[in-house]
Amino acid sequence: MSVDRADRADRADPATASGYSDHPPRMGFFTDTSICIGCKACEVACKEWNHVPSDGLSFTGMSYDNSARLSADTWRHVAFIEQRKPLASQEPGQSGDLRWLMASDVCKHCTHAACLDVCPTGSLFRTEFGTVVVQEDVCNGCGYCIPACPYGVIDQRQGDGRAWKCTLCYDRVSVGMQPACAQACPTESIQFGPLDELRARAERRVEAMHDAGIADARLYGHDPADGVGGDGAFFLLLDEPEVYGLPPDPVVTTRDLPAIWRKVGVAALTIAAAGIASFARAPR
Amino acid sequence: MAECHPVGFQWVMEAKARGAVVIHVDPRFTRSSAVSDVHVPIRAGSDIAFLGGLVNYVLQHDKFFRDYVAAYSNGPVILSEDYRDTEDLDGVFSGFDPETRTYDTSTWQYEGIEVQSSPGQRGEESADKSGDAAGDAAGDGAGDGAGDGAGGSHSAGGEDVGETAKGHSYGSGGPALGAGEPTLDKTMEHPRCVLQVLKRHYARYTPEMVEQICGIPQDLFRRVCELITSNSGRERTTSFVYSVGWTQHTVGAQYIRTASILQTLLGNMGRPGGGILALRGHASIQGSTDIPTLFNLLPGYIPMPHANQHPDLATFVEAESAHKGYWAHMKAYLVSLLKAYYGDAATADNDFCFDYLPRLTGSHSTYETVLAQMAGRCKGYFLMGENPAVGSANARLQRLGMANLDWLVVRDFSLIESATWWKDGPEIETGELRTADIATEVFFLPAAAHTEKDGSFTNTQRLLQWHRKAVEPSGDSRSDLWFMYHLGRRIREKLAGSADPMDRPVLDLTWDYPTKGPTGEPDAEAVLAEVNGWNAEGQPLSAYTELKDDGSTTCGCWIYCGCYAGGVNQPDRRKPASEQNWVAAEWGWAWPANRRMLYNRASADPDGKPWSDRKAYLWWDPDSEKWAGHDVADFVPDKAPDYRPPEGATGPEALAGDDPFIMQADGKAWLFSPAGLADGPLPTHYEPQESPIANLLYPQQRNPARELIGPADGNNLFHPSGAEALSEVFPYVATTYRLTEHHTAGGMSRWLPYLSELQPEMFCEVAPELAAERGLEHLGWATIVTARAAIEARVMVTDRIPTLTVGGRPLYQVGLPYHWGPNGYSTGDAANELAHLSLDPNVHIQEVKALTCDIRPGRRPRGPARLQLVRQYRERAGITDETGRDL
Repeated sequence: MSVDRADRADRADPATASGYSDHPPRMGFFTDTSICIGCKACEVACKEWNHVPSDGLSFTGMSYDNSARLSADTWRHVAFIEQRKPLASQEPGQSGDLRWLMASDVCKHCTHAACLDVCPTGSLFRTEFGTVVVQEDVCNGCGYCIPACPYGVIDQRQGDGRAWKCTLCYDRVSVGMQPACAQACPTESIQFGPLDELRARAERRVEAMHDAGIADARLYGHDPADGVGGDGAFFLLLDEPEVYGLPPDPVVTTRDLPAIWRKVGVAALTIAAAGIASFARAPR
Repeated sequence: MAECHPVGFQWVMEAKARGAVVIHVDPRFTRSSAVSDVHVPIRAGSDIAFLGGLVNYVLQHDKFFRDYVAAYSNGPVILSEDYRDTEDLDGVFSGFDPETRTYDTSTWQYEGIEVQSSPGQRGEESADKSGDAAGDAAGDGAGDGAGDGAGGSHSAGGEDVGETAKGHSYGSGGPALGAGEPTLDKTMEHPRCVLQVLKRHYARYTPEMVEQICGIPQDLFRRVCELITSNSGRERTTSFVYSVGWTQHTVGAQYIRTASILQTLLGNMGRPGGGILALRGHASIQGSTDIPTLFNLLPGYIPMPHANQHPDLATFVEAESAHKGYWAHMKAYLVSLLKAYYGDAATADNDFCFDYLPRLTGSHSTYETVLAQMAGRCKGYFLMGENPAVGSANARLQRLGMANLDWLVVRDFSLIESATWWKDGPEIETGELRTADIATEVFFLPAAAHTEKDGSFTNTQRLLQWHRKAVEPSGDSRSDLWFMYHLGRRIREKLAGSADPMDRPVLDLTWDYPTKGPTGEPDAEAVLAEVNGWNAEGQPLSAYTELKDDGSTTCGCWIYCGCYAGGVNQPDRRKPASEQNWVAAEWGWAWPANRRMLYNRASADPDGKPWSDRKAYLWWDPDSEKWAGHDVADFVPDKAPDYRPPEGATGPEALAGDDPFIMQADGKAWLFSPAGLADGPLPTHYEPQESPIANLLYPQQRNPARELIGPADGNNLFHPSGAEALSEVFPYVATTYRLTEHHTAGGMSRWLPYLSELQPEMFCEVAPELAAERGLEHLGWATIVTARAAIEARVMVTDRIPTLTVGGRPLYQVGLPYHWGPNGYSTGDAANELAHLSLDPNVHIQEVKALTCDIRPGRRPRGPARLQLVRQYRERAGITDETGRDL
């Protein structure tokens, strides 16, 4: 393996890139929204296990979605989308014209995680499983990570100030258990495991659905070549990402920082040089 | 199912992944619809027309499983010449007495069978109305339960069904048949044979008629017909799953009957992948009918004795047991139960203390009990895990009843509405009741949750699964077992030494459970051992076939006998699926005898060979001369397929080797019920008690035998329906239901922040067309009005409540989740305020799945003005005590 390729492989494996030499395989979620029944057990199990506070009572009118979005107090969020489109049927062309999509969203645990890049305290860190976790006893509430996230996942808790998000149940995974949401999911819509296996399983699932005539099925966040280097938590969707409130082409917000800084540096040098030159030229 | 049983729904999703086609029939588009292959929207209350349409399709297109029907059903049986169908009599069957509104079943009998006497007991003496429904209503009222008499219970013959409304209490067997042998036509061509009668009865249930009545487009209906029939037969089976959407109607039992007819015609009973699966309202509802919380049943579906009809044990056994099948041994089951109750005090000389058992003097169902409270006859009330002030139909009546008690004990997790109505209930707000005037003494006792105690759950598959305490209950919270045991212990201490014979039934009880820990918690496993029973040597029994009628065996519930076989807690078994066959007989324990599928003899043909290799389940092994297969045979293990009963045989020996339905008096599946039902031998479409539609099939609008609870001082009034004048004042169909996020009347969910935030308040669901017609705004407020009450709800305008075309006109339905009340984190008005009490005559369940209402924008009036609004509606609709009560 050439040095170049090894370097790319390291970049694709975030634990290695973060300096773990001997580490377990990268773990993640494959959320197959085509079999989600919207029971929200994932939301409740997450809150129970992680002691996430209640988000307050608010009747949103957005179908059956009253938790509205991922936030500091909602680390799994099930979106409900009512559409005038046929059901994803095993009997093509035989269903009505109403479709109700449900999808459990979560932190993507990006390969290239901007939240991690911008954290000045080291509160956010990369685990040996390749996941991204906030340490609540280190976070100082600076909030840099919030605009850095291309998905709008990480959030500051009101009255607390610190940043909170899914830990992919680091405590449970560390002792060989699966995350609370995956454990609670009755239909195996949320699947937890080594990311390589999940990606292979997801490819087979999409193929099977295409063979069954469900042309809408597509994967989201599975591709290591995308703007965040692929997600540790990726999805099977039945419509465009925007329909689910997901960005169609997420890019790690710190991607262009080196170039920007380079340009800033050039600009600064240019200005400095110009200043010096102006003094140099100044008539005596 | 995904909506209310998400955990069980994982198996539907597994089936779907293996290629099963999932069809969902529901007035609303639910989470189940979202992952189904086909959603069939239907007008609430019209399912018999839909299912009858399927039956008609099967018969008209010759799609039934002829060999199965000819061998295993009563399709070939020729009916008496006296029988007249609804087709002949404008929507009623022969034998109907319009005065008493009951059926004399003598004309429904088979030719060749002696007609059972029709004793015609009437009035209070025989008002042995009963309620599996009551038990469930007790559990969670209008929301759940119902039809939960599915196991049914037993009573002698069909002779007095009408008068005594004992229709549902036929125990582990169906009603008895008279003496004699029925006349058969195995070709099923005779015009009076059941199959031909069935064909005529449903001939007008055409796709066109289904469309007109149910609002289901014809091509969609035909598609469902094709899917179901192409997936049934020798090689394939189809199963039906239902819940209270089928049961909570004035014709609820007949909904299930229609499905039974269809599944029998298609050969889908007693075979793997077939059946009709009842989903229960919550954990262990099945257990609470097996070892019942019902007034009319003893454990194992033995009927509760009646004060006048059953003076002694011999009379009771003679009247209530059967001649054929396993129910012939009922005396052994009852005597063993009495020995479990009364131990050494029960002897042959004293009828095993049969006289200690309480006696029925009439109906004591939950709704009659409420009327008795209002009348001052019922003075004390225990509510254990039940919230009738929110969860029972016509919730106002429940509160008015409780306001007239001497004492009320509420055991629950939180201060539910049924514990606080006396200070903050709706009647306090309107000024009808004043706290200072209410004399009811209310005791609230905190209850332990299932995670805080040992015990078993019995699920709908009759599977007992043991669970263990995970944490100690906090504070003063105690288990139900603790409460009942120590209450009994203290009462017995107070009565100790009493010479009053009235106290003997309490003092003679075996009440000696071992206790443990600082709170004196009784050992739940000791109760399981008692339920299982012992032989004369004190060894645990292993099967109900070991039970004796001489007092030498004890057994707390005969169908559970074997659950502690060998002194081992069988429900606690947890052998992984990977270590046993797919039937998984070593996971938990199923009654009876650990059988996982009832009537499984029907999975083989009359000769004992599987109908197909693909669907092999049980078969006759000629070498060992025994039944073999994946499951325990639901049949005499060594009864050969060619066995024919000798003349005069009784008990199980009286059924032939090819009679698979062993709990039926003739071993056959009944397409036509010659006895046992209060409202007809064949299911017939009647409109609900309240309906905006006139019955398109018959001049008879409603079920003529339905049970109507009285006007109750103007608190239980009905709307005009169909073609009746002023029915348009209540033009919309309302239906109640549950959401995934909450549990029944809310006692287990509305006090939990994590669940409350997911569905934070009461709302109603309406179609965009209805919203436009009535000026309802999404996220705004609506007031829903019936002749009983006015409630308010936030408005959810959604396509998921489809507008149907019924009788050529748009029909709007109003969806009402029923979880809410004024207490807890998540609050709102209770949907059950709107409901009335008109009941199915077989199981006495309330009709909350289809009623009529009006809906208007804005919040409801406060204080006395709320009553005024309801009064105005009653006047506009011309409602009197008599409205809706004619036949």
